[in-house]
Amino acid sequence: MSEKKDHNLNSPSKFNDEMKTMMSKRQVTELEKKQMSPLQAMIADYGVPRMIITGFLLLLFVMAPFVGVNLPMQITNIINRFSWNAVLVLAMVPMIHSGCGLNFGLPLGVICGLLGGTLSIQFGFERFGAMGSFLMALLIATPFAVVFGLGYGWLLNKIKGGEMMIATYVGLSIISFMCMMWLLLPYNSPTMVYGLSANGLRPTISLDGFYNQSLASFLRLDFAEIAASRGISLGWLEYIKIPTGSLLVFALLAVLMWAFLHTKTGTAMTAVGSNPNFARAAGINVDRIRTLSVVMSTWLGAMGILVYQQGFGFIQLYTSPNNLTMPTVSAILIGGALVNKATIGNVIIGTILFQGMVTMTPTVMNAMVHMDMSEVIRNIVSNGMILYALTRKQEGTK
Amino acid sequence: MNQNNNIPLSKRAVELARNNAVPIMFIIICAIFIPMAGFTPSYLINEIITRMGRNLFLVLCLLFPIMAGMGMNFAMTLGAMGAELAIILVADWQIWGIPGVVLAMILSIPFSAILGLVCGTILNMAKGREMITGYILNFFMGNGIYQMIVLYIMGSIIPIAHASIMLPRGYGIRNTVSLLNMRQCLDDLLAIRIQGVKIPVFTFILVGLFCLFIVWFRRTKLGQDMRAVGQDMEVARAAGIKVDRTRLISIMMSTVFAGIGMVIYLQNMGNLPTYTGHAQIGMFCIAALLIGGASVDKASIGNAFLGVILFHLMFIVAPNAGGFITGDSMVGEYFRVFLSYGIITVALIMYEAKKRMNKSKAGQELAQAQKEEGAR
Repeated sequence: MSEKKDHNLNSPSKFNDEMKTMMSKRQVTELEKKQMSPLQAMIADYGVPRMIITGFLLLLFVMAPFVGVNLPMQITNIINRFSWNAVLVLAMVPMIHSGCGLNFGLPLGVICGLLGGTLSIQFGFERFGAMGSFLMALLIATPFAVVFGLGYGWLLNKIKGGEMMIATYVGLSIISFMCMMWLLLPYNSPTMVYGLSANGLRPTISLDGFYNQSLASFLRLDFAEIAASRGISLGWLEYIKIPTGSLLVFALLAVLMWAFLHTKTGTAMTAVGSNPNFARAAGINVDRIRTLSVVMSTWLGAMGILVYQQGFGFIQLYTSPNNLTMPTVSAILIGGALVNKATIGNVIIGTILFQGMVTMTPTVMNAMVHMDMSEVIRNIVSNGMILYALTRKQEGTK
Repeated sequence: MNQNNNIPLSKRAVELARNNAVPIMFIIICAIFIPMAGFTPSYLINEIITRMGRNLFLVLCLLFPIMAGMGMNFAMTLGAMGAELAIILVADWQIWGIPGVVLAMILSIPFSAILGLVCGTILNMAKGREMITGYILNFFMGNGIYQMIVLYIMGSIIPIAHASIMLPRGYGIRNTVSLLNMRQCLDDLLAIRIQGVKIPVFTFILVGLFCLFIVWFRRTKLGQDMRAVGQDMEVARAAGIKVDRTRLISIMMSTVFAGIGMVIYLQNMGNLPTYTGHAQIGMFCIAALLIGGASVDKASIGNAFLGVILFHLMFIVAPNAGGFITGDSMVGEYFRVFLSYGIITVALIMYEAKKRMNKSKAGQELAQAQKEEGAR
């Protein structure tokens, strides 16, 4: 943290001040840690809920072969789901960094992505191939994301301190507003509208023939195909399929995000998040940085939903963006992020843990007791995780 | 009022309009929509009165946490869940009519009290962001714990005798529990009919008693403490008020009364949508209260009455009006949901912006005072 900070400090005295505050904070935590045994310190570092979730997931993995669950196939599922969701989870990072809290306004970005996706189909961009269709969707979504993000950022600057609640309701409002719009906007592509009346989009639109699997199929590693083409048997490996393209796109975005956070603007963003008053004193335009972070989050949300769609194969409209918010927020928290602190590592670990749980619980549970409690467990874990993060007393929260 | 006398009338009117912008806007919306929807006046009045009886008690529950400065109680659905658990048990024991309703109310109290205790404790741990925590808590309990109890534990661990309310697989409760034998039994007690408009007098008496209780409660020591805590937690603590305990009590009262309100709501509806019944309650009640002119830190009984009338008037006429405008009644359906979310959003924004403005104003005043001090 502290070594990231020093780029944006122009005068040595400010730098010293900053270092002092940082050091004092450090010392306190070090002191606290000394009073605990090493094991306790480790637990405190990792967090009890994360420990429980990791333990639960490990237990599921261990049990899976004994109850007759096909483990390689489940691993494929987890990798797949990771590739769908990771970009959405990444969209949380900029806003957390700039101190805007957890982005419960994710639906705003998702709506931009949906607009991009549906418009790309409407204008028939599938004639440029699956990848072209996807890129056009992204291209169309971008101006929406920028404009909505600017407005949303402006709004969040007006209400500093109450971001999360208002973000939630901005998300809900835009979803219900777009519910009307999906019915009223003059879409007429026959694959998307209701058959008879020809007004209003269908709730679920299949992407076959559009940008379905456009990223996932790029350099896809399909061991079953390899085995078939070479005429050999690869055993359990044959169940594994890796959507390389989607993972590469996520990796690219993650690296870009990491690089951005180490640029001057990026460090300024971290400074704004950890101590807005100090940032203002250091000559950073706090409002501008926050707006930038919101635009980034919104655009990543739009990108995220497009990546999700190309993996999932369907566009889901109307109230379905609602179902993405909580899992995404809790994924990054499970990864170890705080309300005002998140890293790329949190995104990756969190998405793997959360998607692992989502995939493994129903199959293992069903095989074991023929009772599908997975949804209830998922709800308890994801919302419980958010509650835990909100009730935690941590440094630097308002 | 006296100090306003020398301000010209037009300015005062503008001030009044600004302070009541939301109700005025909704009166205008309703005035435009009512002719479009084409309902007869007696139908409208009948519907409004029914819905007032059904919802007022629930909306009034929101006043306690506002008093204690905890904002809108998004976790009031916890009380609704407590009531639903009670109603399921009462329906299983086949106790119908007035005794059933009374038993459900009594039975809901311990459930709601426990849930309220949990909620209050958690909200005390999340001071400053009670609303978002309450909002998440309502999902945690509703989609998590409540569903677990009703879908898996009832019938397998908690004995459920009657197959009519149980899922065919042998445990868990059906999606809808019929409360036909309990339907409107409170409303029909002492009901008066005037030209086809049914007035559920007994329900209104209950609501009236609750209002009296709120008025009385505000004057008690505890009520005063709550308001002090709502004004400024630090000052209240310095004055020797147990802040956490007071906040806990306000949430518990809200939850317990929400449970009783939910029983009134359900006996009016006549059936229990087991898994979705509570989901919308919080949002609709909060939207109604805000439409009545309340803000996140200030609400009165009058706001609740006006809000319920305006909100439900809008709610009744919006689908038809939407159908009239766009030729598609689904648009109206979505429009009313949009309006209820939108109104909460606007109210929250107004509240936070005002809070920030006051803060910066206080800061400026302090700076000014210090400057004067320095000059002296």
